Amino acid sequence: MQSGQGCRGLRLSVNNLACERGERRIFEGVSFTLTSGEALVITGRNGAGKSTLLELLAGRLSPAAGQVLWEGAGERALSECLHYVGHRDALKAALTAEENLTFARDFLGHPALKPREALEAVGLAHAARLPVAYLSAGQRRRVALARLLVAERPLWLLDEPTSALDAASQETLRLLLEAHRGTGGMIAATTHSPLFLKDAKEIRIGRPQIPPPSAGEGAEPSEAGEGP
Amino acid sequence: MIRSFRALLIRDLKLAARVGGSGVMGLIFFLMIVTLIPFALGPDLNLLSRIGPAILWIAALLATLIGLDRLFQADQEDGSLDLLRLSHAPLEIVVLAKVVAYWLVTGLPLAIAAPFLGLLVALSPEGMLAMVATLLVGTPALTFIGAVGAALTSSLRRGGLILAILVLPFMIPTLIFGVSAANAALGGTIPFATPFLILVALSLIAAVVGTVGAAAALRSGE
Repeated sequence: MQSGQGCRGLRLSVNNLACERGERRIFEGVSFTLTSGEALVITGRNGAGKSTLLELLAGRLSPAAGQVLWEGAGERALSECLHYVGHRDALKAALTAEENLTFARDFLGHPALKPREALEAVGLAHAARLPVAYLSAGQRRRVALARLLVAERPLWLLDEPTSALDAASQETLRLLLEAHRGTGGMIAATTHSPLFLKDAKEIRIGRPQIPPPSAGEGAEPSEAGEGP
Repeated sequence: MIRSFRALLIRDLKLAARVGGSGVMGLIFFLMIVTLIPFALGPDLNLLSRIGPAILWIAALLATLIGLDRLFQADQEDGSLDLLRLSHAPLEIVVLAKVVAYWLVTGLPLAIAAPFLGLLVALSPEGMLAMVATLLVGTPALTFIGAVGAALTSSLRRGGLILAILVLPFMIPTLIFGVSAANAALGGTIPFATPFLILVALSLIAAVVGTVGAAAALRSGE
């Protein structure tokens, strides 16, 4: 995070984003902008498409409509400027926590903290030499979150970062997130429990309104679909 | 880009060496097929040495195939594939690093073990040398072709069989020229270099098409 100055002037704008999976429209009309130092909290009920929105931003899925604009980063594409911590921890169970982080640091580029220091920051210094398979769910999550610290990237996409974390670790996470914002970083996180971030923007996503069954071709298949 | 390539290569080699890795699985499978066949055929040394190269090549092909379904699937399941997409390096480099690591732990040991297993099928010394050379040059083609199938089936739960059905037809040319090069070294009308150079060409083509193809399959996945 030593080059926090490089984060200034970045801007992520999302316009009217829509997503379809398996011909089912999950959400549409999602718009927001995120600039340096801002945080976005994405809420919505289960299945509303919160994780899908993050996956869209991470480049894993492509949008059905709308656009994602990434400005101010020069030649670096959006996917090269973000960290993504999803439901799956992306850790190799056979490797130790330190080896996992060393790989992430070398692979992602722009190295920041050393793996040991990152593990200390999440309170797992004692587990550095243990294979990840031996760690509990909360400890794995903390190793995955330590990945945020080993490579310097301005945008953090976090999918329910507090799941499986105890109260102390949630507080550590909150401090890490605020520190990242302090250096000009951006955060987009989905959550069910409050993250207690200062002046975070919040958007709530949900299913699009079901159009009223009016005369027209579009209404007929949906009515037929409701039959037994 | 080189750093990313090296980091991924080292990670995959470490994983193969750890518990539950695919490191020795292919080699043991290779050993099993090659030891079983002489028992089934009986002690006819002339027959064995005539079909020896074919046995070794078929065994090498199946041994390459056996762990291939986990090439991208393991990363897909634990979410690592999402991490691999976030590199500066294009997905082609990611595929290349993974395939090279896979070949180093399966293809290369097969080629090195071939002379010892050649004893079981009564190969002559020059035949063993030819087997090492053809396997060394031919197994990369098998791995790269298989990588496309592995990428296509990475999100399928039991993709191993579909993978085999998809890629086996494309592996046949490599098999034909591999066996014919090894046979040419044992005697015959065609010189060794002719089928051997075609085998080299097949590997080079597969390296390009396989890398690009597997990366495209991974991109369009989901």
